[in-house]
Amino acid sequence: MKVHLTRRYLFSASHRLHCDELSESQNQATYGKCNNPHGHGHNYALEVTVSGQVDPGTGMICNLSDLDRSVQSEVLERFDHVNLNARQEFAATVPTTENLSEVIFNILKQSFTAAHLEKVRLEETMMNSFEYAGGAELRV
Amino acid sequence: MVYLTRKCEFSASHYYYNPEVSAEENQRIFGKCANLNGHGHNYTLEVTVKGDVDPKTGFVVDLKALKEILNREVLDGLDHRHLNKEVPEFLRQIPTTENLAIAIWNRLQGKLHVAKLHRVRVYELPDLFVDFYGEA
Repeated sequence: MKVHLTRRYLFSASHRLHCDELSESQNQATYGKCNNPHGHGHNYALEVTVSGQVDPGTGMICNLSDLDRSVQSEVLERFDHVNLNARQEFAATVPTTENLSEVIFNILKQSFTAAHLEKVRLEETMMNSFEYAGGAELRV
Repeated sequence: MVYLTRKCEFSASHYYYNPEVSAEENQRIFGKCANLNGHGHNYTLEVTVKGDVDPKTGFVVDLKALKEILNREVLDGLDHRHLNKEVPEFLRQIPTTENLAIAIWNRLQGKLHVAKLHRVRVYELPDLFVDFYGEA
């Protein structure tokens, strides 16, 4: 039986939304206050959904401590309490939460293999969130 | 097609222990969840059904009927129970949140004549939940 499991993690980071190819006024028009020169921060909530068959011996899809370890070492240690613009992952792209979702999905796809990675969901604030499933359709 | 989700809560105790492996192995796999005295959670259950909106009533499902079925088939049997000792599905199966979601799906499937079951979501903690869509 295929079951989906979701675990939630928190991290905090700063960013500034700014595209070098646009003029100052275009950046301001596109990103508004998110373009302010010194950046700003968010408390992000990351939900990681994995899926797989339930192991009859353990009753689990995968051991949560393995998932926690991957997310901790590959995602949280990389992005918690940093300036996203200064990270090499965003050397060529704007650190919007759309792009951050895609980056985190691709990192976990490489590093976590104990179950199938379905999607990541990233809350930037209580009012907005973003989901990325590697290009696949999302489940309701 | 419209999806409707009903949320409810129940509290239960459990432990994780596979009698086919040693105590040390249980401790390694399940950690503090292997303590045979058990421990408890406040679970949140979300049941999502789907269907077309009835043009007369404007409803996808009769919510009162859905609530009665949830109470009768799920909550009455799980709320304030010890899952390992009192719930038939878990007398021989470990009551992980994964298995709990499957068990709740199986309890509802067939009984839920008022709408088509789409998803069962069980939160064990606010930061941990399981989804089951009835897939093989």
